Amino acid sequence: MTAQPLLDVQDLTVEFTTRRGIVKAVQHVNISVAKGETLAIVGESGSGKSVTSYAVMRILDRAGKIAEGSVMFSGIDVKAATEDQMRDLRGREVSMIFQNPRAALNPIRKVGDQIEDVLRTHVQQAQVADHGEKAIEALEQVKIARPRERYHAYPFELSGGMCQRVVIALALACNPQLLIADEPTTGLDVTTQKAVMDLIVELTKRRAMSTILITHDLGLAAAYCDRVVVMEKGRVVETATAADIFANPQHPYTKKLMRATPRLGVSLRDLLPEEESRAAMAGLDPAIHHTSQDPSQLTDPRVKPGRDENPKPLLLVDKLVKEYPRQGATAVLGKLFGRKPPVEPDMFRAVDGISFAIGHGESVGLVGESGCGKSTTSMMVMRLLDQTSGLIQFDGEDIGGIQPAAFARLPQRSRIQMVFQDPTDSLNPRFTAARAIADPIMQLGDIRGRDALRARCEELATMVGLPHNLLDRFPHQLSGGQKARVGIARAIALHPKLVILDEPTAALDVSVQAVVLNLLQDLKARLGMSYLFVSHDLNVVRLLCDRVIVMRTGRIVEEGSSEQVLGDPKDDYTKELLTAIPHPPLPIH
Amino acid sequence: MLTMIGKRLMFAVPSLIGVVIVTFLLTRALPGDPAAYFAGPAATKEAVEQIRKKLGLDKPLIEQFFRYANDLAHGDFGNSLTTGQPVATEIRNRLPASAELTLLGLFVSVAIAIPLGVLAATRPGSWIDHLCRVTTTAGVSLPVFFTGLVLVYVFYFRLGWSPAPLGRLDVFYSAPPTVTGFYLIDTLIARDLEAFRSALSQLILPATTLAIFSLAPIARMTRASMLAVLASEFVRTARASGLSPATVIVTYAFRNAMLPVITTLSMVFSFLLGANVLVEKVFAWPGIGSYAVEALISSDFAPVQGFVLTMAVMYVLLNLIIDILYGVIDPRVRLEG
Repeated sequence: MTAQPLLDVQDLTVEFTTRRGIVKAVQHVNISVAKGETLAIVGESGSGKSVTSYAVMRILDRAGKIAEGSVMFSGIDVKAATEDQMRDLRGREVSMIFQNPRAALNPIRKVGDQIEDVLRTHVQQAQVADHGEKAIEALEQVKIARPRERYHAYPFELSGGMCQRVVIALALACNPQLLIADEPTTGLDVTTQKAVMDLIVELTKRRAMSTILITHDLGLAAAYCDRVVVMEKGRVVETATAADIFANPQHPYTKKLMRATPRLGVSLRDLLPEEESRAAMAGLDPAIHHTSQDPSQLTDPRVKPGRDENPKPLLLVDKLVKEYPRQGATAVLGKLFGRKPPVEPDMFRAVDGISFAIGHGESVGLVGESGCGKSTTSMMVMRLLDQTSGLIQFDGEDIGGIQPAAFARLPQRSRIQMVFQDPTDSLNPRFTAARAIADPIMQLGDIRGRDALRARCEELATMVGLPHNLLDRFPHQLSGGQKARVGIARAIALHPKLVILDEPTAALDVSVQAVVLNLLQDLKARLGMSYLFVSHDLNVVRLLCDRVIVMRTGRIVEEGSSEQVLGDPKDDYTKELLTAIPHPPLPIH
Repeated sequence: MLTMIGKRLMFAVPSLIGVVIVTFLLTRALPGDPAAYFAGPAATKEAVEQIRKKLGLDKPLIEQFFRYANDLAHGDFGNSLTTGQPVATEIRNRLPASAELTLLGLFVSVAIAIPLGVLAATRPGSWIDHLCRVTTTAGVSLPVFFTGLVLVYVFYFRLGWSPAPLGRLDVFYSAPPTVTGFYLIDTLIARDLEAFRSALSQLILPATTLAIFSLAPIARMTRASMLAVLASEFVRTARASGLSPATVIVTYAFRNAMLPVITTLSMVFSFLLGANVLVEKVFAWPGIGSYAVEALISSDFAPVQGFVLTMAVMYVLLNLIIDILYGVIDPRVRLEG
């Protein structure tokens, strides 16, 4: 490490002026980054990690300002610099990669032009003969195939991973000294994540650049960074080298974060903070208030009650196919606008003849990357979508023949329920929590009368560990974890036999995820439900599911018990998925 | 592109047929008997019957309709009963007057509203933002006939700055030879600057009236849309890349913000065509709006039908232009077709 750091943040406090007064998003933060160093800032939502980086770039919202402290970047005082000086710095000396690459690019401008805009701003015409050629070169460096063609592509024509490569090209086009990557791979598939992260590391190392990686994923931080800064509620709680922090975390918050991260060799209970975990082991989970729970069931969360009593599976799916027509108009207009004609056949098979079964009380993980057909499959099982062909049998009845529109009014509807991915978007913003939970009961249940309905809502709230005083709040007044609980309470309100969980924890912080996963596990044991758990996160699937189905391009590539598939994968694709997950160097006990 | 335009025009055919049927039925359902109207108050029953027969109004409705449709197919909109002129000729003569007024009004309002909205969005809370808010609120709360009358009262009656609100040209000037039908352009072609000035001074007040009316929705939409786009992630990316504020606002924010503004623009244009009727009345403008109102009052079917049909065709064309504009601005629309 050199004596003078490239970036030196001292005692930084950032304030936001809101309607309810001044909020300090970041307080007294000290961070320094040496030349060529890769630093991770780790924290959950609201920890101030992004705000810190925006303050470094001075691109805070109008309401935010650096209240105290100093930010020095290679001898320049960022706090005191004029806007013109800052503009010269941004993109040329410090640049940034954002979460959600598709949104980070101008949707109606060719990607090549967007890279050129940056080049034109920072590189003098005299130095570079042709900005266009330089932009193509930048695309080449991020390993985009056929960069000359891609130059003319619009963001919507590229995949998420490809868009992120373009954003990286944009950020690195002017050879900056510092790259700030704000959750660069959140929302990308694991294999894409690996490719993107490897690319960032390779490019920055080759240019001897410094990098700040902002992430909520400890595994990612450990795998790619030299040093880790842990932030909680606007403060830095711990700074250490990556190896040290995993071997010997000092701060209780760091320890809690590490415990909560799903990883190899731990059970679901291990994710909870120690005291809660012990309580849960003893059948006294404080979050759930079990009344008549057999503690022996809780010691092993993988017990499948009643699974062998009924040899017939709860759900049987046979040779399920879903085809979508390719859009005719796209082809015609594509030709008119000089685009490549599609070479694929006219029908696109999203789900290509898959068969599987779910037993009573069993939880099955459906795993695959985006576009593999896992969501389409769950939608067909839910009867929200009609299949092209194939059989869906639920509890001995053929439900595959029922039209999705008619299914909503049938009694079977109440027996298959769903928990959705986004806890916020899946709740009506004008419904209180109680109204949201009561909704399915009012549609299909047999509880009538205000008081009875309220009592049932309260009972469900107790089951999912939602305090009763929150029942009259609207979704925007609840936290992410609380909203997830409302979604779960709504799904179990009608005593379903099968619950489809569509990435129920993907939008949650790890510590909240740990609690929600445990809740799901307890509810399953208590109510004897079966789960179809749709996810891209193999570590989570490993913890919650008895069996795993791995899907790729509409087909099942591997199926078996969780231990077997994830511990000793047979298929190359499963292996690829598993190796792409970044692991913390040492498991914590 | 041509296929798309062709397809869009094909889609317009059923709606035009619908318009023909509905206007025909509506005019027949209107209260008032044209035969009695034309016979005059002193006419005998026999005389009214005779006129009714002459107009073909004694025939069954379906026969009347087919005769009407057949005439339309031959480009014959029928004759006005009050003036005796063919409706097609009248509309052809009067449409440019209305179009000139509407387009100028829209142009003025766009020229003011869009910069106002953009400035208000880039400086929220500043005086220009408040100005934008006040203007838009005033604009929507004032009905056109009221603004029109106030403008005439102040600028003609009180201040005497503008000429009498009596048509498209001062009485001392003769109309320029018709090329486009727009006096502003035709006078320039004829190099008659005096007439140009006269035409312009006649246009200013009614065009301002329309502009005040249409300013509000455009400015408001521009502001809202700019605010949304300025808060978006790609604008943050552009700012984080150090692009100049001008590039960020024009290339990144404004072009994206234009999409909803264009939709609003097409809606405003439709409103203006409607608002025209009142403005033309107030300013004695010889447009198709006042023509249609006079015909309606006298239960004169043919001009009303001709007017509604002309408007329908203009809406179809307008929507087509909007769709093409969308395709030009937003590459995503092109693929969705």
